[in-house]
Amino acid sequence: MLQAAGIGLGHYLTVGAILFTLGVLGIFLNRKNIIVILMSVELILLSVNVNFVAFSAELNDLAGQVFALLILTVAAAEAAIGLAILVIFYRNRGTIAVQDVNQLKG
Amino acid sequence: MIQAIVFFPLIGALVAGLLGRIIGHRTSEYVTTGLLIVAAILAWIVFLPFLLSGAEAVGVTKVHVLEWIHSGPLTLDWILRVDTLTAVMLVVVTTVSCLVHVYSIGYMADDPHRARFFAYLSLFTFAMLMLVTADNFIQMFFGWEGVGLASYLLIGFWYTRPSANAAAIKAFVVNRVGDFGFALGIFATFMVFGQLGFDDVFKAVPGAAGKTIHFLNWNWDAMTVVCLLLFMGAMGKSAQFLLHTWLPDAMEGPTPVSALIHAATMVTAGVFMVARLSPMFDASPTALAFVFIIGAITAFFAATIGLVQNDIKRVIAYSTCSQLGYMFVALGAGVYSVGIFHLFTHAFFKALLFLGAGSVIHAMHHEQDMRNMGGLRKKIPATYWLMIIGSLALTGVGIPGTGIGFAGFLSKDAIIESAYSVGGNLGTFGFWSLTIAAAFTSFYSWRLIHLTFHGEPGDILHQGAPAVAHGDEHNAHDEPELSHPEEHGHGAAVVAQAAHGDHVAAPEEQGHAHGSAYDNAHESPPVMMVPLYILGAGAVFAGMVFAGFFFANPELVQHFFGNAVAFTMDRYEAAHSVPFIVSSAATIAMIVGFLVAWYMYMVDKTAPARLAATNRGLYLFLLNKWYFDELYDRIFVRPAFWIGTALWKGFDDWLVDETIVEGLGHRVKDVTGRVVRLQSGYLYHYAFVMLIGIALLLTWAITVGGLLQ
Repeated sequence: MLQAAGIGLGHYLTVGAILFTLGVLGIFLNRKNIIVILMSVELILLSVNVNFVAFSAELNDLAGQVFALLILTVAAAEAAIGLAILVIFYRNRGTIAVQDVNQLKG
Repeated sequence: MIQAIVFFPLIGALVAGLLGRIIGHRTSEYVTTGLLIVAAILAWIVFLPFLLSGAEAVGVTKVHVLEWIHSGPLTLDWILRVDTLTAVMLVVVTTVSCLVHVYSIGYMADDPHRARFFAYLSLFTFAMLMLVTADNFIQMFFGWEGVGLASYLLIGFWYTRPSANAAAIKAFVVNRVGDFGFALGIFATFMVFGQLGFDDVFKAVPGAAGKTIHFLNWNWDAMTVVCLLLFMGAMGKSAQFLLHTWLPDAMEGPTPVSALIHAATMVTAGVFMVARLSPMFDASPTALAFVFIIGAITAFFAATIGLVQNDIKRVIAYSTCSQLGYMFVALGAGVYSVGIFHLFTHAFFKALLFLGAGSVIHAMHHEQDMRNMGGLRKKIPATYWLMIIGSLALTGVGIPGTGIGFAGFLSKDAIIESAYSVGGNLGTFGFWSLTIAAAFTSFYSWRLIHLTFHGEPGDILHQGAPAVAHGDEHNAHDEPELSHPEEHGHGAAVVAQAAHGDHVAAPEEQGHAHGSAYDNAHESPPVMMVPLYILGAGAVFAGMVFAGFFFANPELVQHFFGNAVAFTMDRYEAAHSVPFIVSSAATIAMIVGFLVAWYMYMVDKTAPARLAATNRGLYLFLLNKWYFDELYDRIFVRPAFWIGTALWKGFDDWLVDETIVEGLGHRVKDVTGRVVRLQSGYLYHYAFVMLIGIALLLTWAITVGGLLQ
């Protein structure tokens, strides 16, 4: 159906690339909130998933879709752990503003 | 017995030095002094056979102590060698040392570190005995350095006083210059002769005539070089011209030390050494002439300085310097026994003068400036008469042509006659230097007596007063003012110390101080006076009794000394056949000096000040000791400091510390300081860098690595 509408692999990859770029920019242009960074990471993972599924459909290889499911579970776990760390962090520091998280500063 | 003489002082030094804190001061004093007295008695027992020997000479006794150095052809054993020369020195050293030990019990009674003091004294005696009993050069060098060490320790005995430390360091450093020459002389001896035992070397001396040492593209006469280098050591130790500067400063030490080390024994080590090595010096007329000239210059120049000094100990110190010059003149004239004769008599009367001065200082509560003394005759009559005897012996009072006189008369006249008999320009120079020096000797000796004992307290105070600030900067007048003044039991002592602790105290203050010190002046205790009586007897009789053995009777001299020193009969006969006017020259000079001193300090008491004012340049020249200290300061001390500072600031501080060590550290810090700024701590920065990294990696993998093919 989509193929009939003229939407091919290139479009999928373009969407993936846009999502990926948004995610990356979200990581290092963001100065406000660590949660935004976590969301950006999710976005990057999703863009990868889009690529996987697109190639899987294109190449008729189910391994790509299997991998996409794996990534979804990993992303869920990662989000859970990330948010948990964030909660602890907030309790310790009283802030989750990105510019305040600079304890690695030399 | 000989081992006992040498090692008893060492035992005393170890006991007092190591166990002094346990056994207490009193015990330490008795142990060291008792051992020294035993050693002195034994030394006389060793010496007497030499005196009393009939037709058969006693010869040399050698006591093997232990094997020492066996290396290739070099074999050195530790042997105590006793011949006439050593026996004479043993007597001098142990006698004066034991008297000084006894004297110190009284003199140092208030000092809190007496055990250490007596340990040093005994250590010195041991080292000196090692020196005189040496059988080879290395053993002699051991003793030589040992006495240098003991001298350093004793000059700096009151180590809380900066001036004492400075004087000790000065003595050590100046002696190091001489010892460097001595060490080179020993090396040269080994190079020329291949061995270092005295007997071996002396046997080989005739074979070394005409040998040369090739150095700096020039062939030097071997014997002359060796002798001059060795004599350099003697010059340092015996405070001869150019290396004399340490001796007056050494008066910073306690007075008994000055008497023992810096008058009677250690400073005569140079004389002893030249006499001991006389077979070598005899082989080099050049070296002998050099010894002669240096001795004559020293005798003259030290006497001129003695004329104007105001510190009682410094006058005697320069007198010592001058008398050592006399001894070297005798050695340079080739009549070695006469030099030893003067050493022998000088030990008695100079120790007497120093200990007498110590008694005066003790009486005046550690006042040393003669201008603050005067009229002490009534207060301390015994010391007065002993000082008179010492001065009579030093100035050489006697009847010319008879051999009757005080100790110094016979030995000094013998030297002046020997100097004259050398003949030529050399003899004339020596004769006149010594005769004028004799007049000066007489003058300053009587000046000392008049200023100290006659007149009224402080009546000569203003003589030379304007120069106080110039000349007396180094003169530390005071003995141990830090040591328990309350133990004196005299309230006035505190006043005196308070006043003259300041070097340039105003005359009024000094006047105040000497007034109270004079009123409280007291005769010293018997423990200090008995040694003075014994030395006084020596000063009177030592000359008359022993003249025959050392000079008056050449056959007896030859018999007495045997092979201990080189002996040339002609020189003795020449010395005996000088005109009567020459042999009485010293007496005439003595009388002249006495009369001038009498006039200037007893009759017309303004004369010294007037003379000083009219000849101000000369007066300051003499008062400042010919500006030798200033000269050396400019030539050696300041450049040394300058080089030291340059190396310190330029090399160590700047190059090593700042540039290399700290510099490298600073550069690393700079680099890391910049690197550290990359670590912003912001997550997005790291993420960005990672992204850039991945992008670059991918770009590389795609373009170069062929990921797409």
